[in-house]
Amino acid sequence: MTGENKQQNSGLLGWLLFVVGFTGALFVGWVVFPQLLFSTQYQPINYNHAIHQEEAGMSCEDCHYFRDDGTYAGKPQLAACVECHEEPQGETESEAMLVAEFVEPEKEIPWISYSQQPDNVFFSHAAHVKMAEMECTDCHRDVEQETEAPPVKINRLTGYPNEIMKMYVCEDCHAREHVSNSCDVCHK
Amino acid sequence: MSGNKSNGVRYGMVIDLDKCTGCMACSVACQQENNVSFREDETDKLRSITWLEVFYLDNGKPYPEHRRAYMPRPCLHCDSSHHPYPYPPCTFVCPVNATHRDEETGLVNHIPVRCIGCRYCISACSYHARYFNWWDPKWPEPMEKMLTPDVSTRMRGVVEKCTMCVHRLQLAKERAFMEGRRELHEGEYVPACVEACPARAMTFGNLLDPHSEVATLARGPHAFRLLERLATEPKVYYLSTQKWIRKLADNVM
Repeated sequence: MTGENKQQNSGLLGWLLFVVGFTGALFVGWVVFPQLLFSTQYQPINYNHAIHQEEAGMSCEDCHYFRDDGTYAGKPQLAACVECHEEPQGETESEAMLVAEFVEPEKEIPWISYSQQPDNVFFSHAAHVKMAEMECTDCHRDVEQETEAPPVKINRLTGYPNEIMKMYVCEDCHAREHVSNSCDVCHK
Repeated sequence: MSGNKSNGVRYGMVIDLDKCTGCMACSVACQQENNVSFREDETDKLRSITWLEVFYLDNGKPYPEHRRAYMPRPCLHCDSSHHPYPYPPCTFVCPVNATHRDEETGLVNHIPVRCIGCRYCISACSYHARYFNWWDPKWPEPMEKMLTPDVSTRMRGVVEKCTMCVHRLQLAKERAFMEGRRELHEGEYVPACVEACPARAMTFGNLLDPHSEVATLARGPHAFRLLERLATEPKVYYLSTQKWIRKLADNVM
């Protein structure tokens, strides 16, 4: 009898150890490791997309536009901000910071990119937006209702943000749409 | 031109050796455009990198009959299509698929970040058009600020070669997309060497377009290609009326 009890107890103990070890491993893999791998960085000032669209009546293309030669401007330069914000227009902390730290000393805002591709990648916005008629939100997050700029998670090993589009996503879509997957279509 | 599958674009070049003065402007333009690194001492040609080499030719005869010429040699972007290996020699041997021919343009590309530096392609190339980075590239101050942003720099331990300035094709296509076009007009995409040639000895365009200048010249009676007997079918043609040059073209390298 005592031998059987002993066996049952060791069986229970085994399960307990397994559950503790398993949840521990999951915790390390899902919580601890990403914390270690990605650093969290915040934008230099908190840009409010919603307020610019709703109250200032701006459209996306006022800042994110195509140049005549087909290249894409991406993030706007300080000059675009100065057009309206030479003096503070409201009373928000972010705007006061913009004027004091960047507009007055005429210093470009060092925005952190959420989707900066490596140097050897050539990405044509014209090919995707003008020719393939894709929506911005097919690849980028929807910023229309955004009142706060979310933090950027940067991979400590590679230095690239975690939201960056991976090569297999490009290749997959190109294959499905019967677009060339040749190296020199996207690499320079 | 070969029977490769294509949608009607096969970029190629014609170089008129009778017009070429050997001024090296093409080579310099190439070096600058493509961020090709250099060393303080460039005398060791086994270690230096020159995407567009200019070769010196002479007929080896004494004075009254002495003749000389210069022959610029970019990557010839071989169009070989022969069964059962329809590949340029370099792409056929690459173990990691770092180099291959884009069948929509005919350009042979090379992706340095995928290259493992085995240099098999260098020995496979019949034209010595490929080069190896023996060191990390270094540019003296302030030259690093003058690098072309459209071309990525390479690192130590990889092969590199002429791309026919494929980044110019990418930018030309972007410009065309803004006008809603997919096809490029003749002359919208031209490599840096062709643009730089002061003697207008180099012509670039679509070999499959029968009306293009490059196709007309390549069909001409004085056109020939290097080492034609290897059947690599280069897409770079040379022109010369001189018999001794045409004879040398088959064993100069």
